[in-house]
Amino acid sequence: MLFTKQAPGENLVIRGARVLDPIDRVDAILDVRVDSGTIAELGSRLHTNAHRVVDADGLLLAPAFVDPHVHLRTPGREDEETIASGTQAAAAGGYCAILAMPNTDPAVDSSAVLGSLIEAAQTEAEIPVGFLAAITKGQQGAELTEMAELAAAGAAGFSDDGRPVVAAGMMRRALQYGAVTQRPLALHCEELTLSRDGQMHEGAVSAELGFAGYPSVAESLMVERDLALAAYEQRPVHVLHVSARESVEAVRAAQAAGVGATAEVTPHHLCLTDDAVRSLDSNLKMNPPLRSGDDRSALIAGLREGTIQAVATDHAPHARHEKEVPFEAAPFGVTGLETAFSALYTYLVEPGHISLETLLERMSSGPARVYGLPGPRIAVGEAANLVLLDLSASHRVEAGGFRSRSANSWLLGERVTGKVRMTVAAGRVVYDT
Amino acid sequence: MADIRVMRDEMLPPPSAERRHLLSIADLSRDDVERLLATARSFARSLEREMKKLPTLRGRTVVNVFYESSTRTSSSFELAAKRLSADTMSIKASGSAVDKGESLKDTALTLGAYDPDVIVIRHPQIGAAHFVAGVTNARVVNAGDGKHQHPTQALLDLYTLHEEFGRLDGLHVAIVGDVLHSRVARSLLQALALVDARATLVGPPPLLPRGIEAMGCETSTDIASIGAADVVYVLRMQRERMQEGSNYVPSLREYTARWGVTPERLRPGQKVMHPGPMNRGVEIDPRVADAADALIETQVRAGLVTRMAVLYDLLTTGPVGVKVAELHEVA
Repeated sequence: MLFTKQAPGENLVIRGARVLDPIDRVDAILDVRVDSGTIAELGSRLHTNAHRVVDADGLLLAPAFVDPHVHLRTPGREDEETIASGTQAAAAGGYCAILAMPNTDPAVDSSAVLGSLIEAAQTEAEIPVGFLAAITKGQQGAELTEMAELAAAGAAGFSDDGRPVVAAGMMRRALQYGAVTQRPLALHCEELTLSRDGQMHEGAVSAELGFAGYPSVAESLMVERDLALAAYEQRPVHVLHVSARESVEAVRAAQAAGVGATAEVTPHHLCLTDDAVRSLDSNLKMNPPLRSGDDRSALIAGLREGTIQAVATDHAPHARHEKEVPFEAAPFGVTGLETAFSALYTYLVEPGHISLETLLERMSSGPARVYGLPGPRIAVGEAANLVLLDLSASHRVEAGGFRSRSANSWLLGERVTGKVRMTVAAGRVVYDT
Repeated sequence: MADIRVMRDEMLPPPSAERRHLLSIADLSRDDVERLLATARSFARSLEREMKKLPTLRGRTVVNVFYESSTRTSSSFELAAKRLSADTMSIKASGSAVDKGESLKDTALTLGAYDPDVIVIRHPQIGAAHFVAGVTNARVVNAGDGKHQHPTQALLDLYTLHEEFGRLDGLHVAIVGDVLHSRVARSLLQALALVDARATLVGPPPLLPRGIEAMGCETSTDIASIGAADVVYVLRMQRERMQEGSNYVPSLREYTARWGVTPERLRPGQKVMHPGPMNRGVEIDPRVADAADALIETQVRAGLVTRMAVLYDLLTTGPVGVKVAELHEVA
């Protein structure tokens, strides 16, 4: 389900890092030896043999991250991102695996399009990448895609992300037929007649600024519909980028009732509120929109307690000229691959909203579990999927500093703490400073 | 008095060190508002003279860029600049490179290349004036950006209120109609809060934005609640609000029946304002529009002197927040 360019695994000894693996409950200063891309030994004063030695004194070594929600813009908008640039950006963000959404041009709705992406990934993907396929042809909501064939061809899951499956009847069919694929359905929940031409969260800030509001009920109503259908069909669903308190509550209630519901949340929804839109910066425009402080608190609590399993960047690159317009004219979406950890460490861990262990889990094995992928672990015999972090380093986010082809980050000009020093994905060093 | 300095030929304004803009009423302090109104009053007196032109902004360039149709705002900005002897240039979206798909950034850069002192911009999108301020070196005046702000309208409304009542503190203004789509209402609400006046919004529930009370106003869906106000401020009811898919109100007929401002719904002597253009017989009864208690023409006259004051202020006065008293001392 994941594809990357073929390269031999490396021989490494990472020396003296604080090794923190929330899954294997490791938290100790250790050396880690990697033989041909596989973790071979944990211990102290390990022999280096002829391995490359990485001095990691004072740094943190954790399982590398998994991003379940990335837009690679290929095919169609290769000026904004490609498989190569997007996976390089992911490597710089500490990721060892990412999943790409199918709302490209054309959409990934046939095994021909999917096959061409897989082929490209096998020659140019810096880290393993998986591709979701569309639920409906052209993501138009009218006809199911050939889900069984797409799953057999390697689709990691199914989603009409960017749009909801408008008709409840079609959603039900997708749940029913999708069962043959054994792959998750990932749902963009938005009641379009309520969000309409909404530009930002509906509330006091939109009232003051004059923007058409995109109320939180436009999301939560669709979350509730889809969870009700999932419960009726006894099928699991994954709720993409939850933004509203009511959505978190609906997911929690469904989970308590035994529905196999999972959810993800983005760094920007965890870090910011609609108040930030007062700046009228088009890099604060995304769908779903930044919501109220109360919503943000509910998202953080949901992530902490595990109602929300995964942090997902919803990395959405946009060409510079498309964002260099008044807020109202700008497209929705912000980048996030290269800033996710720093942002969340700065905005959530440092102020004490969530623990470092929880953040690492929700950025790594949490999202892997949602899609049935093996979770990165720091244990002997596991493939080396490692991220080396410097928690004391701070830096300013600059437009010129990205590997992504786009720089529409909400953090431009901001100072953040916590820096990715090195990423090992599938046994290869893919990022190294 | 504050008016002496601006009339003397030899006392041309010193160059202002800090580049300032008028983008939103939210950026102003009460002192800023008082200073602007005082300046506008001094210009009003100067306009009573036979020779109406002042040399104050001689050699300055004011560019008006209007991406939306406008009669009173564009004409009053142009006349305001001319009364102050500035060179003016007016660009309308139709018939310009905008028709050929030029981006706002490129239009702004093109105009900025002439080194204008002030760019006055009206644009249908929220944030357009902020955007232009970010890409040019000119001072920018927001003459309306989508449903966001129309700060000079709010200032001229305060000017009008002050002319009529001799004070602003404690005045009660009922704003009636389509608040949701109104940049005029948003700017006016902030301006009224700034001068400690009271505001009540009245209209059909779908046209009163959720959360608007946070701006320090009351809301009511009952037209009878205008009775308590000193002034009834009537907003334009736009026809497209009844279109399919929006349905903010079922029909203009029903809107007029429930929320139209008629003589019967006003107290004797209650003042009425309207930012124009009016839909007579829709949001405002023609008898109300033509009555002696309507301040609508005063608003238009106030528009000229207020915009003169804004241009003067941006190009001459010190940083935002300078006390009115200090200006008097200089004068």
